[in-house]
Amino acid sequence: MGAGHAHPLHLPGTSPVHRLAPQVKVLTAFLVVCCVVATPREAFGTFGGYLVLLAAVWAVAAIPPGWIGRRALIELPFVVLAVLLPFAQGGERLDVAGLSLSIDGLLAGWNIIVKGTLGVLTSLTLAATTSPRDLLLGLQRLRVPATITTIATLMLRYVEVIIGEARRMRIARISRGHDPRLLWQAGAVARSVGSLFLRSYERGERVHLAMLARGFTGAMPVLAEAPVTRREWALGLLPVGIALALVVGAWWAA
Amino acid sequence: MSGASIAMHMSDGIVDAPTSAVFGLIAAGGLGYALVRARAQLDERTAPMAGLVAAFVFALQMINFPILPGVSGHLLGGALAAILVGPWLGSVCVGIVLIVQALLFADGGLTALGTNITNMAIIGTAVGFGVALALRPLAARGRRWLVAVAFVSAFVNTVVASLGFVLQYAIGGAGGASLGAVAVSMVGLHALIGIGEGIITALTVGAVASARPDLVYLLRGKAPRPRTAPAPQVSPEGSAS
Repeated sequence: MGAGHAHPLHLPGTSPVHRLAPQVKVLTAFLVVCCVVATPREAFGTFGGYLVLLAAVWAVAAIPPGWIGRRALIELPFVVLAVLLPFAQGGERLDVAGLSLSIDGLLAGWNIIVKGTLGVLTSLTLAATTSPRDLLLGLQRLRVPATITTIATLMLRYVEVIIGEARRMRIARISRGHDPRLLWQAGAVARSVGSLFLRSYERGERVHLAMLARGFTGAMPVLAEAPVTRREWALGLLPVGIALALVVGAWWAA
Repeated sequence: MSGASIAMHMSDGIVDAPTSAVFGLIAAGGLGYALVRARAQLDERTAPMAGLVAAFVFALQMINFPILPGVSGHLLGGALAAILVGPWLGSVCVGIVLIVQALLFADGGLTALGTNITNMAIIGTAVGFGVALALRPLAARGRRWLVAVAFVSAFVNTVVASLGFVLQYAIGGAGGASLGAVAVSMVGLHALIGIGEGIITALTVGAVASARPDLVYLLRGKAPRPRTAPAPQVSPEGSAS
């Protein structure tokens, strides 16, 4: 069943990485991925450096690499695209085991695979060490508009309810002889989606009234801010420093 | 899940850093504008309504449908959300779903968030709703016409979103050459996804229109402008379920 989005990738823990302020982690993950993307594709050693950096973070955060590895499979469709490039691309060609491969295509495919994989691994590390609520808090402290974070908070709070409702509808359909693989039965799926929308929308109206009854004025109250020390920022941004050194080194060598 | 599932969520490294940055700015601006318009439409109801519609879009994206043997696509829901709740709220909801998927579910790269939001939440939704708006006189003729308009709108939404990817690939594609092959395969694949998306969107809009036609944004009033006066808030049957 395509429940790919349903289960958060959070791995609860108490390591220093877990305890780091979420805004520091979000910023660090983003900047590290920026460095990865900005790295020239021929700098093979540099990409290894990024992987060592990530492995070090996993060691500190006590995340088993296999745990991350299994969840990194989400990226697979893009690997397929990348594998096709060496065959499809023009330019200088290379013969490997009887196959004619384009060098430019090989590099392009490698570029997508390595950067995509490192990006997924970084995102997974962030998601594994930060609870959904903390991630949104981090976004809020990074000055993302409060409306966005409030909507996202409410969405996360109710998404399990809606998914549960969708799952019950699906089981009800299947127990009545529905087969989701058959295209001509799309009508049944769509009617369920229609009632799912109505239920979601009407639930939204009820949630709004319930919030009003509890004194909601259009903005969520800001909870006490825990100040982040300069040391915490420095420690949290350390991976960015290393990634920056790696990318500058790669361009220097190129 | 059987076979490969095609999501349009781009990963990191498909387009280069400057392109990602430019589309990040476009996405932030577009989403910000949509947010302002959505708030004008909903006032202090924005957060709960958008939250629940976003949760709905999120749940919707779990629906896979077959495209080719072994390959399935999942719904994007941009056109559906735009037709049902309006383009502004629709864009905001799809955008927030993409942000949450990138941060919490590692689905779509962090640096590709701008390009993903631009394609699916902004370009796709805007063009999809534009098509629906242009065909609104037809949609008002009856349920069958509304269903047809929803299909066309969702199909165009999906194909245009993939054209957004082709545009970004042309500007800063890490692959370099053979843009034509990328364009043909992306648009071809998404035309197939678009048919599935179109069928489910059309039937869903039809189902909603027959149960609560007042909730279909596309059919509201004569003027497409959102009403700013406090809307009737809860239907009697809303509190029953």
